[in-house]
Amino acid sequence: MKIVKIITYAVLFIALMGQPAFAKDAVKIGAILAVTGPASFLGAPEARTLEMLVENMNAKGGISGHKIELIIKDSGSSPEKAVSFAKQLIEEEKVFAILGPSTSGETMAIKNIAEEGKTILLSMAAAEVIVNPVAPHVFKVAPRDSFAVDLIFEQMKMMNISRIGVLSSNTGFGKAGKEQIEKLAPGHGIQIVVSEVYDKAATDLTAEVTKLKAANVQAVLNWSIEPAQAIVLKNVRQIGLTVPVFQSHGFANIQYAKAAGTAAEGVIFPASRIIVADALPAKHPQKSVIQAYKKAYESRYKEEVSTFGGHAYDALMILAKAIGEKGLTRDNVRTAIENMKGFIGTAGIFNFSPTDHNGLDSGAFEMLTVRKGKFAPLKK
Amino acid sequence: MNIDLFFQYIVAGITYGTIYAIVAIGFNIIYNSTGIINFAQGEFVMLGGMTAVTFHTFLPLPVAITAAVFVTTIVGALIEVLFIRWLYKPSVLRMIIITIGISILIRETALHIWGEGVRALPYFSGTSVSALNIGGVFVSPQVLWVVSIGAIVVAFLNVFFNYTMLGRQMRACSANRDAARLCGINAKNVVTFSFMLSAAIGALGGSIVSPITYVQYDSGTPLAIKGFTVAILGGLGNSTAAVAAGMILGVLESFTIAVLPAAYKDVIAIVILLGILFIRPSGIFGSTEAARLKEF
Repeated sequence: MKIVKIITYAVLFIALMGQPAFAKDAVKIGAILAVTGPASFLGAPEARTLEMLVENMNAKGGISGHKIELIIKDSGSSPEKAVSFAKQLIEEEKVFAILGPSTSGETMAIKNIAEEGKTILLSMAAAEVIVNPVAPHVFKVAPRDSFAVDLIFEQMKMMNISRIGVLSSNTGFGKAGKEQIEKLAPGHGIQIVVSEVYDKAATDLTAEVTKLKAANVQAVLNWSIEPAQAIVLKNVRQIGLTVPVFQSHGFANIQYAKAAGTAAEGVIFPASRIIVADALPAKHPQKSVIQAYKKAYESRYKEEVSTFGGHAYDALMILAKAIGEKGLTRDNVRTAIENMKGFIGTAGIFNFSPTDHNGLDSGAFEMLTVRKGKFAPLKK
Repeated sequence: MNIDLFFQYIVAGITYGTIYAIVAIGFNIIYNSTGIINFAQGEFVMLGGMTAVTFHTFLPLPVAITAAVFVTTIVGALIEVLFIRWLYKPSVLRMIIITIGISILIRETALHIWGEGVRALPYFSGTSVSALNIGGVFVSPQVLWVVSIGAIVVAFLNVFFNYTMLGRQMRACSANRDAARLCGINAKNVVTFSFMLSAAIGALGGSIVSPITYVQYDSGTPLAIKGFTVAILGGLGNSTAAVAAGMILGVLESFTIAVLPAAYKDVIAIVILLGILFIRPSGIFGSTEAARLKEF
């Protein structure tokens, strides 16, 4: 009987080895994205971008011969779900790397899990804390909050604004933004008169903005990624508050401006260049990258491209470039990302280093405004 | 706090309150005929808003809203016929769990039909920034629309439940289903009708508040929670009380924001809900005696 056993094993072994020798191993890439739920504005275009890119790359033979097997998990922007998906992707699926999550709260929930599992994580969320302190395997492709806050404060100074009211949502993004605002305001000579936190599912914020009006603020700064940021615009104008309104880079989805209608006119916010791709000078290094992605996305999905889909593009392309250079050895790929310089993405030009796992600087943002229902560069 | 701001907070409170009350009324109608809480009520509101926005792409506004109300009413009827009607002597708990299941079903279906985007009808009059200045207090015209349509709905329901045969049959079924059947009332049809009516009111509410709150596939649940609080606060089954309770909660929330950080707004709602459940389970305006006779 023993011989039978040995033969069986031998046959099995040969069968397993018998894969065609020319096809290289597929690379399993996981993605945890808020495709549904309150942050679906981020996750849905991110998921669509990844699906589109992976399909195109696989049609061309994958990353230097390695076909990509993409596993997208919809976290519904819940940190709890992100945690269980991260464990599943790392322990069961044994993915090579994880793209996402879309939001800061989720990313912080799985930062340690990815680090312990020695799995490369390329987050698409904004919060500073994701890469500060640096965890060796954790990177992020969205510009930091602090760049956005700095730019906003500089703009306020130019407009002689010093007393502001701050609104933020009770999400990871809102909280992280609020922290940066409070930390950086004194350095710019900005005084925060009122700071209010509202629920991410808020349906009307009249009372909150009335409080700002009562405090005689010179400007309103809102920090959220939910539909509430469009509601806030309407409520501010409805109660007759005429001061300038500033928003975070989370506003960079034209749907919000459309939803707020006339109330969105004149709102000032920082955003990556992808939003104003057509207005970029022809010789701008990002122009060709952004336009190629924009054209592919818009012709396929019949919807306008957003910053967030761009983050997914950057995350996948950075990973693909590192795998293309170093093959499927995770440590080498991690080091390759950490030392990558001059990568031209949609969010900016990435220059990673062992101490900077974001690789972007405040030049990644452009100050925009809404003019006649469209995003336009803010004239200085 | 000066007087202008005081009234501005009142207006904010009334806006919240009316939205909550409209959802609460939907809860009450189904409760009145079946004695259950329909946890899919928030989804009716969402469905109404969503279909109205879709119809408005090719129909004028009033027609689009009417069509949305009609479609949602059909959905309400289908839900009752498919999931509730054939149950033999369903327990209250079982029916409630079914409605929770239905709410998830509707939400996911909406996600597949409309995607995750945020939608809204245009403002019925004026634009998103127009506001009436009433002595220094700014009121969005849409708030006036919502308040007046809400008032008409409540007046209509009061007449309906007190003076029409069908309305009284619905109340009879709520008080005692078996006795109502013995009197020759077709209890099953009454229940179907109550689902249709509450779906219709939910849909109407969803359409008229959508310019203010926006509507998204998952915007039903948070509304349902607030609506439920208000329904309990006013006393289950009483639509006029629901309006009063809605105003109380809305104005309280709005003044909470004035004095406390806004993050505590929902704490107030939950504290009130718990307080009422402990101290006066029949609601502020409900009768304790009547409540004792009820199953749930």
